[in-house]
Amino acid sequence: MASVDALIEGLAGVGYIASRRIATALYMAVHLQKPILVEGSAGVGKTELALSTAALLGLPLIRMQCYEGLDESKALYEWKYGKQLLYTQILKDRMGAQLAEAGGTMDEAMDRLHGIGDLFFSEQFLEPRPLMKALREDDGCVLLIDEIDKSDEAFEAFLLEVLSAYQVSIPELGVLKAKTPPIVFLTSNNVRDLGDALKRRCLHLHIPLPDAALERKIVASRVPGIEAKLTHELVSFVQSLRTLDLRKSPSISETVDWARALILLNAESLDGEVVRDSLNVLLKFEQDIASVEPQIVELIRRPLA
Amino acid sequence: MQGAMEDFLRALRAADVKVSPVEAIDAHLTVATVGFADRELFKDALCATLAKTADEVTRFDETFETFFDRETFQLEPPPPAGKDGEPEGTPPEVANSELAQMLLNGDVSALAQAMEAAAERAQVSSIRLSTQRSRLTRRMLEEMGLSEIEQIIAAAKKLEDARSQALVARLESGKKALTEEAQRFVDRQHELYASESGKNLREELLARKALNAEGGIDPADLVMMQALVKKMAKRLADRYSRRRNKAQLGHLDVRRTLRKSMAYGGMPFEIVWKTKKVEKPNIVAICDVSKSVAAAAQFLLTFLYSLNEVVDRMEAFAFSGRMISVNDVMDENKVETAILEVLKKIGFQQTDYGKSLEDFCDLHLDQIDRHTTVIFLGDARSNYADPRVDLFATIQKRCRAMIWLNPEPESYWGQGDSVMQRYQPFCHVAKPCNTLGQLERIIEDVLRTYIPN
Repeated sequence: MASVDALIEGLAGVGYIASRRIATALYMAVHLQKPILVEGSAGVGKTELALSTAALLGLPLIRMQCYEGLDESKALYEWKYGKQLLYTQILKDRMGAQLAEAGGTMDEAMDRLHGIGDLFFSEQFLEPRPLMKALREDDGCVLLIDEIDKSDEAFEAFLLEVLSAYQVSIPELGVLKAKTPPIVFLTSNNVRDLGDALKRRCLHLHIPLPDAALERKIVASRVPGIEAKLTHELVSFVQSLRTLDLRKSPSISETVDWARALILLNAESLDGEVVRDSLNVLLKFEQDIASVEPQIVELIRRPLA
Repeated sequence: MQGAMEDFLRALRAADVKVSPVEAIDAHLTVATVGFADRELFKDALCATLAKTADEVTRFDETFETFFDRETFQLEPPPPAGKDGEPEGTPPEVANSELAQMLLNGDVSALAQAMEAAAERAQVSSIRLSTQRSRLTRRMLEEMGLSEIEQIIAAAKKLEDARSQALVARLESGKKALTEEAQRFVDRQHELYASESGKNLREELLARKALNAEGGIDPADLVMMQALVKKMAKRLADRYSRRRNKAQLGHLDVRRTLRKSMAYGGMPFEIVWKTKKVEKPNIVAICDVSKSVAAAAQFLLTFLYSLNEVVDRMEAFAFSGRMISVNDVMDENKVETAILEVLKKIGFQQTDYGKSLEDFCDLHLDQIDRHTTVIFLGDARSNYADPRVDLFATIQKRCRAMIWLNPEPESYWGQGDSVMQRYQPFCHVAKPCNTLGQLERIIEDVLRTYIPN
């Protein structure tokens, strides 16, 4: 974490090839202690960045997947109702005995009652959920809030306190503050626009589709044992696919999957047949496959511009 | 540095990158952390703190390059110094004028600094209009001391000796380079601080322009219009497309509370309140693309397309003589192709409202239920054919709300072959909708009024 270059190297060491912009954003996030909002189309390595950072720093990763209807009882904490109920029943029995002992007036009984420590709303009965777990990690951790855009607006507002002050307020207990602020990643696919308040609290990182050189490095690091020639060919092919008008352009994860598939198929170089057979790894829509298929041979032959 | 940073933030705001005070503080912290020795690092770090969407990143990059672009200008290299350092015979004015010294010595960095300082004094960064450029350039040059140079040149010209002539020539060329550089500087400032306001003005005018105006929309404005419409549709959909559960405080949901209490031995441990669901809009949009609305058709289709992109449950239809569903076309194509495709299929034919309504009732009536809002975009000019008001009434009875947006002003309704007045009684809302601005306001009203709160 000493410098951006060290960070790029470190990430490469755990298998994540970061561009300079990515590393700079991460560097700033750590030094300014701010959450980092990662955007980009599916499969460009948003989630992977968080995983790799955790691996690099040797910190535990706590992951929270967002979805419509996620609320604070699933994200932050929940009371252990069953245990609380048992507790009240034990308490009732005990108190019956104690109060009977007191034997005296109602006032005395009430005094006794107040004397008994109140455990009903205490940390013992608290069931921590991902956000609270992350705040309670004393040595820090990496918190990944995945696909924040899928959650409701109300949840986003509720996150603000966690993200800006690294603390949560529990009405029954008070404020819980993190000893070591976690490194927070939020990822978004832009299903909906996030609120300005949330964006303002975060650093922003947009991961674009990589250029050919970077993508070759990524494939080489992700698929060990792949021939340089094949890497070169398949990356050029994918890059030229991206210039076409497709419903879903292949992203990095698809390139990597495809490279693995090609190795399984024992392909040493690209030819029309192999590509046709494995095209469904790369393209996920029927129309896309149909529109690419006739051009395969030409796309293989055409050197990348 | 603080002043420069503030100017930069202002330039960013002018380029429509939202920078709040907190982000400004972050930016300063960033600079303190990374320093500005490494230009690339400085840029990336600032970008992460300030630009918050992919669009903003692009605009940030552009602004950054323009703002921190300080190409030093070209000056003739000074002639080798005389035998004893200072060339003899330079008039004393040269020694007194800083600017002349800088020009003669070819001290580019000092000149650049002087220009920055002069720009600040001349308040070049407050430029608003392109017509201010030449005046500000002149002001800036005067602040730098151009008049001194002019005096020296005038004085030297009177002397006839070769040395003075050489001096004049060098000063003249220096002055020319300086003026050019000053012009470039002001141009850059204009681009940074003022170009955006011009664009905003054009967008505003476009929003007020009549959709069916003579000659339609200028092709140059078409891209901008599409962007505008898209922004509008997204804004509307953002606001209304999410389903929200709204708690009704104080209304106990007895049934669900009892059910929850079973786990706790019948003790009503968790109390459930009644909530109300706010539903997503369910829209059926029907768009007239016939000859009579040719000018507006492109607009309406663009709007339809954008709405289709952002609203989950929407069925789109287009008609002139017959009616077809255009959902597939819109889902599969980009906006330009989709519009062309639709127009190619059924555009610009003779309007027949009756036939089209028949088509709709035969094939698609089942898509309308009591949650559906029907939006009709058209001029209701039916070429004297039977308007089939009865079918229109059937649709109206099945849907929650029927909204008619007519590109013609209200005074034209019912004139000639317009049957608007016969349809009107069956519409919950019937409004003229002539400009982009109106369209947005009406649709917003519609979504607000006809979605239960």
